[in-house]
Amino acid sequence: MTELRPIKTAAETALAEAFASAKARLPGDREVAARREAAFRRFEADGLPSRRTEEWKYTDLRALMRDAKPLAVPPAARALQPQALGDALPGIAALNVAIVNGVYAPGWSDAGAGDPGVTITELFAWLAEHTDFRLDRAVPEPVDLALALNSAFMTGGAVVHVRKGARVDRPIHLACRFVGDSPAAMYPRTLVFVEPGAQVTLIETCDGPAGLDYQINGALALVVGDGAQVERIKIGNEGAKALHIETIMASIGARASYREFAFTSGSAVTRNQLFLRCSGEGSNVRIAGANLLKDRQHVDSTLVVDHAAGGCESREVFKSVLEDESRAVFQGKIVVRPQAQKTDGKMMTQALLLSEKAEADNKPELEIFADDVQCGHGATAGRLDENLLFYLRARGIPAKEAEALLIQAFVGEAIDGIGHEGVRDMLNGRVAAWLEARG
Amino acid sequence: MREDEEDDVAMLEVKDLHVTVDGREILKGLDLTVNKGEIHAIMGPNGSGKSTLAHVLAGKDQYEVTGGSVTFEGVDLLALEPDERAAKGLFLAFQYPLEIPGVTTMNFLRTAINAQRKKRHELELTAPEFIKKVREASAKLGVDQEMLRRPVNVGFSGGEKKRNEILQMALLEPKLGVLDETDSGLDIDALKIVADGVNRLRSAERSMIVITHYQRLLNHIVPDIVHVLSRGRIVRTGGKELALELEAKGYAGYQDEAA
Repeated sequence: MTELRPIKTAAETALAEAFASAKARLPGDREVAARREAAFRRFEADGLPSRRTEEWKYTDLRALMRDAKPLAVPPAARALQPQALGDALPGIAALNVAIVNGVYAPGWSDAGAGDPGVTITELFAWLAEHTDFRLDRAVPEPVDLALALNSAFMTGGAVVHVRKGARVDRPIHLACRFVGDSPAAMYPRTLVFVEPGAQVTLIETCDGPAGLDYQINGALALVVGDGAQVERIKIGNEGAKALHIETIMASIGARASYREFAFTSGSAVTRNQLFLRCSGEGSNVRIAGANLLKDRQHVDSTLVVDHAAGGCESREVFKSVLEDESRAVFQGKIVVRPQAQKTDGKMMTQALLLSEKAEADNKPELEIFADDVQCGHGATAGRLDENLLFYLRARGIPAKEAEALLIQAFVGEAIDGIGHEGVRDMLNGRVAAWLEARG
Repeated sequence: MREDEEDDVAMLEVKDLHVTVDGREILKGLDLTVNKGEIHAIMGPNGSGKSTLAHVLAGKDQYEVTGGSVTFEGVDLLALEPDERAAKGLFLAFQYPLEIPGVTTMNFLRTAINAQRKKRHELELTAPEFIKKVREASAKLGVDQEMLRRPVNVGFSGGEKKRNEILQMALLEPKLGVLDETDSGLDIDALKIVADGVNRLRSAERSMIVITHYQRLLNHIVPDIVHVLSRGRIVRTGGKELALELEAKGYAGYQDEAA
């Protein structure tokens, strides 16, 4: 009996051709090249993840990614206009780190004039100086097909280093942009090291042209040292046809605090996958997200929180507002290792379905190997409460306005958890604008 | 058309109203006329249709009007959306005020007041004007400023929720207030505070319909006219002494009468 293998899709064939032709000119030394090769073989063995891959069950990349775009060309220096980044965070003075068309763009970045506690280096320059660096030792590196593609193609990125005990006042703004006239693919990778006791806010914004079906498959490795306090906020505002995948691999040190918030209103397809390990005892982790989706938008929030040390607290709160035929997927897994006693982990997902054809898929999983833990999860999906709407309307508030008020409140509960006040206000404004556009 | 016609038009005129909920007829030909400045009490046993009347006046969806008419200052009320009815001056104090997580009472009040003003082509209140108004009204009702910053009714006691309803009525200044079992779930102290709040809103220009199962609320809010509602119809109308009679004899006679 022969093994049944699905035939290669157009995208898989194009990826193989792209890798064959690009590998000689992709940056990095011989060791990087060998890792690219191994990663691509790993990808090729299974191909694009589909419904048959449990971790990608609800985001069938084989079906959603029809073709593979050519690698993006780094933009000419004169095409870079620094003011274009300023619009992304109105009123917030940030330290810009720009990743344009998949590569670090110093012309758009504030590396030199930055904070004394922060060092920013181009990815391959940094790797050349740190030949002993092993990703899988620094952070949990999953066996994942999208990550394998990023490892194979890694086009560029930045390495951000926050010095021990530094209090970085201005948020570090990782600005991911695509500028171009035709669809292209980008595979940026960023490494962020926050040394013990340091405090920093990372804001990641993603943007690109609305009319182009470009593809971003990025990866971010984040090491949070003991006692450090990190807040990461991602604002996904990709063009309406974009495919956006990001793999985050994070290790959280003892007594550290890590907060994350992912806001998505752009892109056709987004997959945010987070692999987080509580590496030291007594850390506090808050992972939250809000999605505002319409048309046929698809957003997948997948996360694995691995409690490898005891006494850590993790909370996940995700909210989705779904119009038209949009779809929100949540897959959350909490793992509690035998040694991780006194773990406290809770997950909550809520979806507001504004249309008959919208869909929310929830897959919470608990894998608990310790006996003295508190873990739980909850999920709700439903429409706006008719009785609440009537209450508001009976007070003179027109139907559309009443709906907007309730939706804003629903999403606001998640947004209120953001520590950075400027971003909180900005996102509340984004929600209001989204509701306004809804009409 | 006569010049003084407006004075002749009743605040509320309900004629032969038939209402069906989930295929069951609840109101079976209800007639009611409320003139400007009058306080009417509607009393009746459970299931007689009191809350249905309140909800149908406010415009709740699930209530199907199968016959009759309702006019509010001569305008066909049933043709209006709930928010349009509110802007015209109709207010329903809910029997079970709802909790609205994530919407502060202040935001809710400001949105409601300004939505109504906008609909009436009046200028929206500025922030200082609004805050002054709310401070005055809440002080009179003993509503804590801290409560106003919290989400609407979330974690409020039964008494606080009802007080919040009256605060809304005071701020929205309706022409007709419909109080749906505002006394339910209140102890005597809370009842007095709420009744005092309602009494302060009495005026020659404002009418009210006080719906209640028990007579005790009517000791505090003294009505001009008392109606007995039974099996979907007004079966008896009298002065305030009718309430006392009902308290003494109960509703048993009316249930039989309507059967």
